[in-house]
Amino acid sequence: MSSRRSRSNQSGVSRISEDQIADLVSKLQQLIPEIRNSRPSDKVPASKVLQETCNYIRNLHREIDDLSDRLSELLESSDSAQAAIIRTLLM
Amino acid sequence: MSSSLLSPNPAVNPDRSATRRRKNKIQREESLGNISQQQNPPIQWKSDAQQQIYSSKLLQALRQVREGNFSPAQKSAPRRVREAADKVLAATAKGRSRWSRAMLTNRLKIKFMKKHNITKRQQSVITAVTRGNSRSTKKSKVRIFRLKTKSLPAVQRKTRVLSRLVPGCRQQPLPVVLEEATDYIAALEMQVRAMTALAELLSVSGTSSGFGSGSSSSGDGHSHPSSSHPPTS
Repeated sequence: MSSRRSRSNQSGVSRISEDQIADLVSKLQQLIPEIRNSRPSDKVPASKVLQETCNYIRNLHREIDDLSDRLSELLESSDSAQAAIIRTLLM
Repeated sequence: MSSSLLSPNPAVNPDRSATRRRKNKIQREESLGNISQQQNPPIQWKSDAQQQIYSSKLLQALRQVREGNFSPAQKSAPRRVREAADKVLAATAKGRSRWSRAMLTNRLKIKFMKKHNITKRQQSVITAVTRGNSRSTKKSKVRIFRLKTKSLPAVQRKTRVLSRLVPGCRQQPLPVVLEEATDYIAALEMQVRAMTALAELLSVSGTSSGFGSGSSSSGDGHSHPSSSHPPTS
């Protein structure tokens, strides 16, 4: 059985086999809560997985932006808050 | 000695040796990548230890942001917080993944270019030199069109979008993008958890320290006599 992972890449044949891609797609599928919770574990089309991945990453970015807004507001408030955190983190 | 002088400037060298060196570099990188994946397991972003490491580093970075305070910053405070968080995230990844390396080098590139007032053409040359593939950008796009598995336009379009979302993956083939995306998503989730926890701590201690003096520290403080403050009396 010849593996398709040859390094000579003359004619544009894919270096990595399709199985590996399918494996990665299914791994990605497990990570995304939308697909994991509401679909059967098989036969989700790759385009759907990719779409949900993009949406999920965008959501996470938005959440992080909101959180950093909140954190910047909280940071500008009193100093004693910081000391309290340091104390709770150290103990 | 002269080879060390020549090697950082692949754009200057004649084409054939540059392509040969690029192929060698790609092959060497691939083998290195395989080896490093066997020796260094990928980071477990779900573990508490990682989150604690990230939180402590984030705290230090935020403290610096506060103290390096409102210097001629063209950016607003939340933007700076976000960038500090991203930088610390990339540092926690220890540069093992492509997106973390790209995040770290991008900051340096932007700072460097802003400082020296470099024009756009020079910018593209710098990016090409650092990436080492000034000519293969067109080739890789054509390669994507020719591959059988990616010939579906929907998948291809979405891969393109996804690769733009994950930093450092704009011209990578599909399996690389997928792998980087899995790692990136796990890291982002951890970042959200850590920042939420930090925000909760800040808001809770902010409100409680307003009411009672020092009442925010819990009863555990008494069980550790050798804390950071020395006994006063």
